[in-house]
Amino acid sequence: MPPVAPRSGDSIFANLEHMNAELFTLTYGAIVRQLITDLEEVDEVNKQLDQMGYNIGVRLIDEFLAKSNISRCVDFKETAEVIAKVGFKMFLGVTASVINWDADGTSCSIVLEDNPLVDFVELPDNCQGLHYCNILSGVVRGALEMMHLAAVAGHKIEIKRGFNED
Amino acid sequence: MVREVSESCLDSLLTEVVSCYCNRFYPNKHDLAARRIEAIGYQVGHQLSERVRARTIILLDDHLSSQCKRYTMERPRFNDHLEAIKFICKDFWLELFKKHVDNLRTNHRGTFVLQDNKFCWLARMSIDPLADSGKSPEDITSPTAGNKATHAMKMHLYFPCGILRGFLSNLGILCAVSADILTLPTCAYFSLSHTYTEITLCIYHPY
Repeated sequence: MPPVAPRSGDSIFANLEHMNAELFTLTYGAIVRQLITDLEEVDEVNKQLDQMGYNIGVRLIDEFLAKSNISRCVDFKETAEVIAKVGFKMFLGVTASVINWDADGTSCSIVLEDNPLVDFVELPDNCQGLHYCNILSGVVRGALEMMHLAAVAGHKIEIKRGFNED
Repeated sequence: MVREVSESCLDSLLTEVVSCYCNRFYPNKHDLAARRIEAIGYQVGHQLSERVRARTIILLDDHLSSQCKRYTMERPRFNDHLEAIKFICKDFWLELFKKHVDNLRTNHRGTFVLQDNKFCWLARMSIDPLADSGKSPEDITSPTAGNKATHAMKMHLYFPCGILRGFLSNLGILCAVSADILTLPTCAYFSLSHTYTEITLCIYHPY
């Protein structure tokens, strides 16, 4: 039987069950809001969002591998491209771009121009330092760790455009 | 065009939130965890009602709410609580869960029981009665083992209860919402007064 070719992010997304992003966006917003109320410290909220993302990522990677038919990536650059083009597309329905590679090829930025998590979101002044999309950093970190790639996913948040740095 | 994401995004997020609050934040205080999860749902329901109303343009009786003053030629007004609940059972449930509520019962005295035979947020959960108890298979039928599994699943119901309570509160309907997981043909009924409505979701989970 010939090997199945890897599928593009669009085709995988088209074949998955979809839902209206609004409920997802509102749920995430309510979660962050509740975390801020319960934990009070912005740094602690960032940490919890990252941990939650990590726990999600270690499970989500299974679904990703099962449905994407991605073959083994040869280097970290390819890994980053796959995350940006296939991973984000498959789950969030948006494609990210990979920029700012460092000289070693071990660090880059994954930029989401269009991020469903931040639709209609405005951060109040007393939440400076909150990394609103930190859950995404955790998801990427968790998923990569399951692939035996220890990564430290940093984070840079601008509410208008969510950033991810690897 | 309506933006869409994969369903597994929300599934994963909800599972993780429940796990976070039940196991990390309030490990032995399930009441506190439940209240927080319900509060998250309340937020979502409240905001959803604004956005759903913006699309369906509902006229509310002034007696019910002073908040919404939109008018429509297309949609009927909510004359009473029953109309609002019917809206939830059909349009709202469809919006959220891609299906209608399977059965609606009322005692016409303020209690409504909504029954969903295949609640999608629980549909893919399996119950392993041995998981928490560490007992032998002979004990699998003991009430404790089953209760723990059901309890774990019930924690996931606080979120949709909160959504409903939040949604209705924005319509001016104060209510309490509780949910239960049942196997057919048993049922549960709840009560309501004119100003204080109790709605209950009955959710059937085939296990």
